[in-house]
Amino acid sequence: MHRFWRRNRHWLTPTLFLLPGLILFSMVILAASAETVWISLHEWDGIGAKTWVGLANYAELADDPQFYVSLKNNIIWLLIFMLAPPMGLALALIVNQQIRGMRILKSLFFVPLVLATVTVGVVFGWVYDPTYGLLQLIFGLFGATAPALLSDENFATFAVAAAALWPQIAFCMVLFLAGLNNLNEDLIGAGRVDGARGWRMLRHVVLPQLSQVGFIAIAVTVIGALRSFDMVAVMTTGGPYGSSTVLAYQMYEESIFSYRFGYGAAIATVLFVIMISFIAWYLHGLIKAERSNA
Amino acid sequence: MYPRPIREDAKIQRALYVGAVTLVVALWLLPLLAVMLTSIRSNEELMAGNYWGWPQKFSLVENYTAVFEQTAMLRFFLNSLLITIPSVIGVLILSTLTGFVLSRYPFRGSNLIFALFVGGNFLPAQVMMIPVRDLMVRLGLYDTVYALIVFHIAFQTGFATLFMRNFIAALPGELFQAARAEGASPFQTLRHVVVPLVRPALAALAILTFTFIWNDYFWAIVLTQSDAVKPVTAGLNNLRGEWTSAWNIVSAATIFVALPPVVMFFLMQKHFISGLTMGAVKG
Repeated sequence: MHRFWRRNRHWLTPTLFLLPGLILFSMVILAASAETVWISLHEWDGIGAKTWVGLANYAELADDPQFYVSLKNNIIWLLIFMLAPPMGLALALIVNQQIRGMRILKSLFFVPLVLATVTVGVVFGWVYDPTYGLLQLIFGLFGATAPALLSDENFATFAVAAAALWPQIAFCMVLFLAGLNNLNEDLIGAGRVDGARGWRMLRHVVLPQLSQVGFIAIAVTVIGALRSFDMVAVMTTGGPYGSSTVLAYQMYEESIFSYRFGYGAAIATVLFVIMISFIAWYLHGLIKAERSNA
Repeated sequence: MYPRPIREDAKIQRALYVGAVTLVVALWLLPLLAVMLTSIRSNEELMAGNYWGWPQKFSLVENYTAVFEQTAMLRFFLNSLLITIPSVIGVLILSTLTGFVLSRYPFRGSNLIFALFVGGNFLPAQVMMIPVRDLMVRLGLYDTVYALIVFHIAFQTGFATLFMRNFIAALPGELFQAARAEGASPFQTLRHVVVPLVRPALAALAILTFTFIWNDYFWAIVLTQSDAVKPVTAGLNNLRGEWTSAWNIVSAATIFVALPPVVMFFLMQKHFISGLTMGAVKG
């Protein structure tokens, strides 16, 4: 035994190193994700036996008006979130100066990033409060009355997504600041000599160099928009009348509150498929970037 | 540098610039400042409708002690520590091991394993909710801190592996050749070559995963039920439901929840930012 170990330790030890993480991750994350697809083919209350129903859950989903509301809201989230990369870039451009005192100002911009989404939800609940909130204060200055955003079915999704945009912009800003630090000084200098300034400098000299960071910022933002759950759960619980729900939240509701785990799993599977295509696109982009760097 | 640096000698320009940025920061953090302001206001004042005027009386101490004495926030806070600290340690250990192997021991299928770690980490938590919840129920871990610890270690290991692999791969190859020439076993290499060199990466990773886990809300409500195990995020949301009219208390509790990650961020800013940009893959 001891001899066997000594002779083989050069491949045995690495294998043993890899296994705990790999097993845990495969069992809890990967196998569970695959199992969701399996559960979606059943009717299940979460406790008793599962009954095979084939694609019945999906057929029901196709006729469920709520499903289309969720899907539409996910798209709204996505569109609103697309503001995060340009706004993050704008903030990064504003603060990218090395002046005394700038470091602390810069880091103040990052604060929303480290807040829990529940915190952001509570904070913005306070902003949107129709009687005493910050928004009402601002409207009041003009003698107007603020709309009750969160209890209005036309506005709720926009209000929640706008609140979620706050930390997302901060995240994009961090990425772009890192990108700005890695700009090629010679190109910028050459651009200046050629008289490129302002918008033209940004458009033709700076942005092309930020394309990789921009790609990461967009990808992370897309994924962030698709996995939105916390903010909806905290700010509106999908209401009013299910108008602000998203796929993730609808799945949670169907499973935990209505005990329809099979149906919930079907919604999760739809989300899964949408997500996988984005992840594949992202990984493809990353590998391409890594190759071009090497 | 871009945009063009503001010159050191242009005093007025610099002052104007700093002033403008300060104004933008203030607007940017206005929602948070509003909550901070509310958290030091007395309940009588709120009742009387003084929401935005200068507080007549500062109730900072009263409000924050009320959070401790009249709500279960302290319990939730301890729960969060009980969940977060072991999870972070677990993630650091597992990902150092996996990152080391995946970066230094090329074998067939190594890239596939790596891609699985990274890809899995991107999946929205909701996709695996039903089976993970079921798994924890069957293991008897549901509604215990262990359910959250196990899940967070598993999930964050995906991201952390990417992080550690990239970091260890960037270490100079000569070190590893020298270790091999000396006849060091993989374990000795790990202990005497890798671990001392990856300390900065571990620091960055520790703060990042701490923040992610501390801030998690979804799994907190999916895997726990009772107040005895609930972390701060779930606790805060419940509190908000119960104390609807006491905005000052809710605000104080909100600040209390936000404090650990914010303090940690300001203490170890450099590590946090480098971690975030290096592992930008995180959603």
